[in-house]
Amino acid sequence: MEKFGFFISKGRQINYDSNDRSIAEYIYEREPSFRRCIECGGCSATCTTGSMTKFSLRELHILIKRGENDKVMESLKKCMLCGKCILVCPRGVNTRNIVVLAKQAFQKSAAYAI
Amino acid sequence: MKQEGKQAIWSEYQKEIADDKYFYVRSCIRQNFFPGSEVAFLRILRDVLKKDVYEHPCHTTCSGIGYHSDVVPVETAMTVVARQFALMTEAGYTNYVPSCITSFGLYTEIIETWHHFPEVEEKVRQKLKEATGREFEIPGNLAHASDIIYKFRKEIAAKAKFKLINKNTGEPLKVVDHIGCHYAKMFPSKGVGGAEYPYVLAGMIEEWGGQVIDYPERRHCCGFGFRQYLVQANRGFSVACSKEKFESMKPFKPDMIITNCPGCPMFLDRWQYVINEMEGTRYGQNGEGIPVFTYEEVAGLVLGFDPWDLGLQMHQTDCEPLLDKIGIEYSPEDKYNTTVNSLSEKHSSLINV
Amino acid sequence: MSKHVVVIGGGVAGLEAAGRLSREGLDVSLLEKDSITGGHLNRWFKLFPDRRDSSEVKDYLEGLTHANNVKLFTNVTIEKLNRDKDHFSVLTNDGKELIADAVVVATGFDLFKSSRKEEYGYGIYDNVITSADLEDMFRKGEITAADGTVPKKIGIVHCVGSRDEKAGNLYCSKLCCVTAVKQAIEIREHYPESTLFCFYMDMRMGGAYYEEMYREAQEVWSVNFIRGKVSEASETIDKKVVIKVEDTLAGRPLKMTLDLLILMAGMEMSEGGIKLAGLAGLKTGDNRFFEATDHHFGSNKSNVEGLFYAGTCTSPMNITETISHARAAVSEVVDYLKNS
Repeated sequence: MEKFGFFISKGRQINYDSNDRSIAEYIYEREPSFRRCIECGGCSATCTTGSMTKFSLRELHILIKRGENDKVMESLKKCMLCGKCILVCPRGVNTRNIVVLAKQAFQKSAAYAI
Repeated sequence: MKQEGKQAIWSEYQKEIADDKYFYVRSCIRQNFFPGSEVAFLRILRDVLKKDVYEHPCHTTCSGIGYHSDVVPVETAMTVVARQFALMTEAGYTNYVPSCITSFGLYTEIIETWHHFPEVEEKVRQKLKEATGREFEIPGNLAHASDIIYKFRKEIAAKAKFKLINKNTGEPLKVVDHIGCHYAKMFPSKGVGGAEYPYVLAGMIEEWGGQVIDYPERRHCCGFGFRQYLVQANRGFSVACSKEKFESMKPFKPDMIITNCPGCPMFLDRWQYVINEMEGTRYGQNGEGIPVFTYEEVAGLVLGFDPWDLGLQMHQTDCEPLLDKIGIEYSPEDKYNTTVNSLSEKHSSLINV
Repeated sequence: MSKHVVVIGGGVAGLEAAGRLSREGLDVSLLEKDSITGGHLNRWFKLFPDRRDSSEVKDYLEGLTHANNVKLFTNVTIEKLNRDKDHFSVLTNDGKELIADAVVVATGFDLFKSSRKEEYGYGIYDNVITSADLEDMFRKGEITAADGTVPKKIGIVHCVGSRDEKAGNLYCSKLCCVTAVKQAIEIREHYPESTLFCFYMDMRMGGAYYEEMYREAQEVWSVNFIRGKVSEASETIDKKVVIKVEDTLAGRPLKMTLDLLILMAGMEMSEGGIKLAGLAGLKTGDNRFFEATDHHFGSNKSNVEGLFYAGTCTSPMNITETISHARAAVSEVVDYLKNS
């Protein structure tokens, strides 16, 4: 590769066909309110972590649903589980539990070493 | 795939293409990339179809390559283009035929801009006059060189020595057509068949016996994109675009790719070599690459031109597998033999006027 | 002798207006271009948001016209429509001339021709269909891909021909979002194994019980909603549909292979309406629908005295709104005839 001075870029498209959505399925089963999210961003706006670091609970939901799991794992650690997000959610999504379940799913999955 | 759906769209995107007396302007880069192609165009137009094609020795770059690489401002590009039009006007021609897709796109864009902003055109006329003393007319007909070959595809088929058919199986060759982005994406109405389902190359393929392959990434750019390639650090992006296309067309087992842009055949051809070097992947059959051609090369092959006169030895992905499939004879020992007679000696038609 | 009203168009608005006018004691002729009345109801199977059979609404409307002795003329188009002094002369394609004291135009809408969105490949790719095609499948009770197999991954594209400058329509057709939700639920009911994706720009669920239906689609039927306009569709070697869309809420482009792609065709001014506007000198708006004299309190009134509009020939409406608008037109006609 060195002889060309560049590498073949990886696409940044979400490949829905090949992504692993087992984490999302794990959460859907145990916390059906996860399906009701309409991506309004209320949770992210009120989030302490989100105001101080690059963390968005809204985006995290999307990334879980699309199976962008590497990014989810990175992001999950930042949540302090304070639960303020639940208070503002207009769709009654148990947002805090989604973070808990996501961590659980990664721990249980052989594919992801946590 | 329902062919009639495409035919309905094709019938909506028909453009006027002049039938003779062409002012032909070459591309900056094609003469290095695939030097036989423009020569083949002239031979087909002048020798085979007996058309009047004029080339002006003072023609320069249209500066589109600079414009699209962010180094030439559009006003400058316009004045350069105005000068080319002046050369056409002075030579007494009105049908302007660029060899390059980006030139075609730039000319279309500039003529359209002048149409909507006549004050810009006036300023350009003034600047050109001040700088060179020249005056110009806007071409009566602007067609890309591939439009011209498309227009005469039936005449070429009538004189064809070969068809795009696998001589061993009798089956039509599976052909991927790749259209340069600047052909119709900017102005769909200026391209034969429009932007979504361009017919300019598909029409040639059908007429010459091949079968057109419509694969998911058909509309994707080849990856040239000017600054992607020109800056070395961006080349990974460029090659990734080509790779995306190869991956997508692979299941269709294409026999060949045909293109109508200067950059596309270059990158679709060369990147196959690079991808193979980097990752060990080849996209054709039997561990080979997929041969990539310009439409002039394909027209030339169909008409029975010598493959080495067409410059096929300049391809990095070998063309011989395709020549064998069609049954075109060639002399392997002459492939790189530069002592064979030069083309200009063989073909007086290549000398202007 | 009772006064004569000609109603043009035998869809929801025309049937309601004709039946009601007749009930008011007027002599009513209803002209319909097709061989049967009911308009778009004939093509739609179940209606949102209560999922009732469209034939129930059709039965109500046709019952109303039959009970009130509306004179029905089918397979009729208008060749001339003139106003002379205090009456109208309506000339039909079969050479009839009807003299009317008032006219109600209820020419309705046409579904956007989805092939005009070339990038979606409707009419080219085998497994790209429209919302109307899907209703045909519902009626047959069989939802299949082109090769007869059961589709598993199904995508629904919102706003096809609506809110789209490229399609020449800046307006929202209002009903496609809720249609998408309804159809997604119906497919899931039919095939519990299927996975549904709705690609939307905005979810516009502005009707009674629409939002609730959206919530039900998510929670009960696991329909996935992805915010982004599908930019192109293409076909794989095994005739599946590959779509490109930006998942705008993830901020990333997304690519997906589907077994079936359904286009939510929007509503456009009907061709018949455009022709009539030309014949009778009726004003149309930038959106090409008939332009009523006042948006707030004159939505049935045209620029020609004695000629009134009913229903979706003035803008996209659902059935409830169309029926209300037709009743309002009846009230305008009665007022007009009383005072003329």
